[in-house]
Amino acid sequence: MLATASQRILGQSFQNIRPAVSVLRSYSSAAKQITVRDALNSALDEEMSADPKVFLMGEEVGEYQGAYKITKGLLEKYGPERVLDTPITEAGFTGIGVGAAYYGLKPVVEFMTFNFSMQAIDHIINSAAKSNYMSAGQISVPIVFRGPNGAAAGVGAQHSQCYASWYASCPGLKVLSPYNSEDARGLLKAAIRDPDPVVFLENELLYGESFSVSDEVLDSSFCLPIGKAKIEREGKDVTITAFSKMVGYALKAAEMLEKDGIYAEVINLRSIRPLDRSTINASVRKTNRLITVEEGFPQHGVGAEICASVVEESFAYLDAPVERIAGADVPMPYAANLERLAVPQIEDIVRAAKRACYRSVPLAATA
Amino acid sequence: MATAFSAPKLAAQPFNTISPTSQHKPLISPTAASPFLGSTRKLLRLSSSSQLNLRRRSSGSVFAVSDIVKEKKSTSIPSLLITKEEGLELYEDMVLGRAFEDMCAQMYYRGKMFGFVHLYNGQEAISTGFIKLLKQQDSVVSTYRDHVHALSKGVPARAVMSELFGKTTGCCRGQGGSMHMFSSEHNLIGGFAFIGEGIPVATGAAFSSKYRREVLKEADCDHVTLAFFGDGTCNNGQFFECLNMAALWKLPIVFVVENNLWAIGMSHLRATSDPQIYKKGPAFGMPGVHVDGMDVLKVREVAKEAIARARRGEGPTLVECETYRFRGHSLADPDELRDPTEKAHYAARDPITALKKYLIENNLSGEAELKAIDKKIDELLEDAVEFADESPLPPRSQLLENVFADPKGFGIGPDGRYRCEDPKFTEGTAHV
Repeated sequence: MLATASQRILGQSFQNIRPAVSVLRSYSSAAKQITVRDALNSALDEEMSADPKVFLMGEEVGEYQGAYKITKGLLEKYGPERVLDTPITEAGFTGIGVGAAYYGLKPVVEFMTFNFSMQAIDHIINSAAKSNYMSAGQISVPIVFRGPNGAAAGVGAQHSQCYASWYASCPGLKVLSPYNSEDARGLLKAAIRDPDPVVFLENELLYGESFSVSDEVLDSSFCLPIGKAKIEREGKDVTITAFSKMVGYALKAAEMLEKDGIYAEVINLRSIRPLDRSTINASVRKTNRLITVEEGFPQHGVGAEICASVVEESFAYLDAPVERIAGADVPMPYAANLERLAVPQIEDIVRAAKRACYRSVPLAATA
Repeated sequence: MATAFSAPKLAAQPFNTISPTSQHKPLISPTAASPFLGSTRKLLRLSSSSQLNLRRRSSGSVFAVSDIVKEKKSTSIPSLLITKEEGLELYEDMVLGRAFEDMCAQMYYRGKMFGFVHLYNGQEAISTGFIKLLKQQDSVVSTYRDHVHALSKGVPARAVMSELFGKTTGCCRGQGGSMHMFSSEHNLIGGFAFIGEGIPVATGAAFSSKYRREVLKEADCDHVTLAFFGDGTCNNGQFFECLNMAALWKLPIVFVVENNLWAIGMSHLRATSDPQIYKKGPAFGMPGVHVDGMDVLKVREVAKEAIARARRGEGPTLVECETYRFRGHSLADPDELRDPTEKAHYAARDPITALKKYLIENNLSGEAELKAIDKKIDELLEDAVEFADESPLPPRSQLLENVFADPKGFGIGPDGRYRCEDPKFTEGTAHV
């Protein structure tokens, strides 16, 4: 069992790191700090190096070094045949990726943001997700669609939508959403090795954040299992589920709640589809209260699915109604103060947790 | 045909089978009417040029091999385009396609087949002319009108018929249906219902062939992909996106347009600003060819060159085959918008009758032999229907199968453990 390494770095977030995969090798407990960007880059690098069938395609992935520099250095290393700069043709190049995957190659298709994937969604759903079923198992599609998802800073309505619930409602797709560097590395590697289509939802604002990782995470065969959530922080009073950037917010909210004597359990979903219902339900059975946090639109969102799952399986254990914290039910505004109101903030999570614990709180406008 | 675009002076031309086109000539003067399809001969007279330039240019040229064919036949000692074996193979394949589709119609009206069924009657020359030149490893990507493509590519008639009946012995175990025929053994990768959806997938298959040869160093990988689609698709964005990328990366693909002039009830001329689809090839840097799709021999000649081009690594070709579907868009289509004279005109150019005539006139075969083939196909189909009828429906347990390639969808391998925990999971050696 590895020792937990905890470090407080100036201005960085503080976490307990417990790797999800236990390995019998022993590693030194000195932790390194890497950004999510470097984690993704190293994961792509290692997978491309290990398997010649893996190739990248997308806009600006090559000579521009990646629109967000995720694919930096890969063109130089692997050449233009494996790192393809495509024209601006989402539908076309996504379909090309799917066709190549039909024949056993392993494309990693980058969307500059997942908003642009709407131009290619026909291929993601109809040619990739459904093919294994329609062909009765003859044709599998080992493709990864990755890119930043959700709101960034001041980019406006057409660049800020979260697509987790859209893709997660479709059978045949796996949908992953990492939070920290360990998630980013492990889940991207698992996604590339997976024989099915995977939608990998990153977050632009997390790219630059550093997290500490153990040596095990930096090993080239490190992988995280798909479909398992991680309990980032244990607690006993209320369960907070989140994914991507909201995990960071939830953890900060948990710290604030601790001062008021509420110990929140924070679950990092990691995998939106398949959803780790057993971990969520086990946690709710322990704490009896649930808050779901997400950045996307509230109706038919990830929180709605988690709520339904908990009601179906653990109804008798609930002591309070499930609360969903989601983005505002409006297209993302541009003005900075309105944008702040349209996305969940840490205070919203704290207030919701207190409501769930029946502490009296001043009523304020909820997102 | 002429009625779709009213042009009184060009009504009811005696069409013959040659449709010459040439890029460098000004094709139409703005004031002249232009129902070019099938009547380009008239167009040529309008542009007042008497000589046809048959020299092929390296890229971006448009030509009609039908003229080369005619030249070949008239100038030298008459040499036939096909041998007897080839002729019989082509005949049998076309008769199989036609008889199969007729049988589908019968079965549909008897309630054995359901949902959307799109029949290929009349267009057999294209499927036979192209697909019979392919190897097993070459791929074919089709649309919802894919039964005959499946049959030409080698999927057994029994498997296709069972699939249409929704039985578990179908080529996709009944899970795909009429519009989603897949066979990894025969490299038929769909079967796509959305217009234009198959074109990028075909381009990807061609890309994988090139990738295997150049990056994975599989030296003899020269697989070609054929993408079949219709005239309506040629107005779709994905078509142009793929013409661009295929030419840009010189992919081994042939884009085959089955221009049957109608997209359900929308005439091609009403939907397209420039109805001459083959011209769109040179705009992207690939040759565009127009061929008479009712004549299997002409289609085959064009196909030979296009496929050889792709195999040599010279890049894509756009082939527009002018053809016609004798039936409606689907079996649910009342087919009221098409003019009976147009239908009669194309019925007179039935590809099967034309090939039969060719075989008999050139002493490659006789009536009796051809009738024997007809009978053989009838028996094959009877057997296929019987097989499909007697096959079982899929069991309940099949509903949830095959959603993912890995058994539970949790990244769990067949041994029950997480794939990522298997140290040998990557291929090759990881060195960073």
